[in-house]
Amino acid sequence: MSRITAWDRVTLARELDRPKALDYINSLFEDFIELHGDRNFGDDKSIIGGIATLEGKPVTVIGEQKGKNVRENMERNFGMPEPEGYRKALRLMKQAEKFKRPIITFIDTPGAYPGMGAEERGQGEAIAKNLMEMSRIKVPIICVVIGEGSSGGALAIGVGDKVVMLENAVYSILSPEGFASILYKDSSKAKEAAENMKMTANDLKKLGIIDKIIKEPENGAQNDFETVVKDIKKYLVQDIKKLEKLTEKELIEQRYEKFRNM
Amino acid sequence: MIIDKVKKLNGEEKVKTKNEQASDRMIGKWVKCDNCKEILYKEDLHKNLSVCPNCGKHFRLSARRRIKQIADEGTFKEIGGDILTKDPLNFEGYLKKVDSLKEKTKIDEAVKCGTCEIEGQKAVLGVMDGNFLMGSMGSAVGERITLAIETAIKKKLPLVMFCVSGGARMQEGIVSLMQMAKTSAAIAKLNENGLLYISVFTDPTTGGVTASFASLGDIILAEPKALIGFAGPRVIEQTIKQKLPEGFQRSEFLLEHGFIDKIVERKDMKETLAKLIRLHTKGGK
Repeated sequence: MSRITAWDRVTLARELDRPKALDYINSLFEDFIELHGDRNFGDDKSIIGGIATLEGKPVTVIGEQKGKNVRENMERNFGMPEPEGYRKALRLMKQAEKFKRPIITFIDTPGAYPGMGAEERGQGEAIAKNLMEMSRIKVPIICVVIGEGSSGGALAIGVGDKVVMLENAVYSILSPEGFASILYKDSSKAKEAAENMKMTANDLKKLGIIDKIIKEPENGAQNDFETVVKDIKKYLVQDIKKLEKLTEKELIEQRYEKFRNM
Repeated sequence: MIIDKVKKLNGEEKVKTKNEQASDRMIGKWVKCDNCKEILYKEDLHKNLSVCPNCGKHFRLSARRRIKQIADEGTFKEIGGDILTKDPLNFEGYLKKVDSLKEKTKIDEAVKCGTCEIEGQKAVLGVMDGNFLMGSMGSAVGERITLAIETAIKKKLPLVMFCVSGGARMQEGIVSLMQMAKTSAAIAKLNENGLLYISVFTDPTTGGVTASFASLGDIILAEPKALIGFAGPRVIEQTIKQKLPEGFQRSEFLLEHGFIDKIVERKDMKETLAKLIRLHTKGGK
């Protein structure tokens, strides 16, 4: 695994059979009840959310959901949320705050959907509002980047007390293809871009952007899903416990400082 | 008519035609309005707040000119001017490009923030500058804006932000993305302190700036016909494989869709800001 390049990881992070948000939700938690809709316009299927229990304790879970085949991806819009997805996520986070449940988010998106409807209904405003509101939510938030974390579309559910990444997940300002087309004027230089973007878990840990890397088996999480789930679960249980020891004021102040220093 | 006033002011009867003035344009005294194609004398344009006297097109403004238009004379005191560009990705050629831009534009980053007075009322003013890497937000821009917001909190002052930006700055990668979270979190804190934040969209504001502090004003204003969006029009066209309708993502479109409070012409901007600030001080006077 030591010779693996950033581009290799981009490829692994995007694999169709890589576990998706729902796989983690169904394996990490019990009693998952999915809740739908943003109470404004619609229900965005590229973001799922609801209530579940983590070792018996109620939590709110939210995840960007990609498909594992064409049909699923059509249904999930390839994991590219529209404003309704982000507004649903925020609604569920506010609900979690009301009922004092910790929040766990799973990030896996090529980015917020750049369509006409998304713009008409305020994609920018929806993301901005999530960033602002998440920074002040009075319950612990842990964000797990499980696949592709791309752009503001990823960050919109990524303002947490802890941000952790799977070893082969990537997290960046935009896709390496987009980066290459803007900065090298050549989208075929995506591999080169990936190396320079510092988008791997190792790079981001060094930069202080993420808090922890969760190991994966060779060739990706799907090859020993049980172990990956066990490791994530251990981490979640342990860190939620730690975060719950803080007062609301300390929790929010610490979250503010975390992003303040970036 | 403004145009008549401007012409009178300059002792000119008529703005000369394109052909007549080709040679003058070469030496940089003239500029062509890309909306109505009228050739304008630069000095006239600047005297008219950089708004085309012929068709009303609002030209893009440097931070320096914007501050001059909004802050009472001699009141602007910069905040965070010592915060300079960082290169977290060690991105080849980036700092060199920044240095040459500094030389060319005589500004040192894509935003200038400070305390000032607007019609005698103290405020914190932040002004982005599209001449510097498209007004993109990297660590220095995010830090300067956050410092400005924190200054407003500390001094209990209203905050006014003029936005113009291509979005997060690519050359600083993920660190630029995090500036969206940082600035938005600072706005959340400002809100908890009960302070007024007026955001002004100017042409063009897109990407990570639209998706963070720019969209979070208590009151959101926009200059006429400014391009405002999250995804840029080209990206949308490539995605949906069709041309966007005329006026899509312009200020008037956003007003129609409920995302801004008011479109304000440049000549009325200072007065409008002053009025809004006044309405948020005790007694509203």
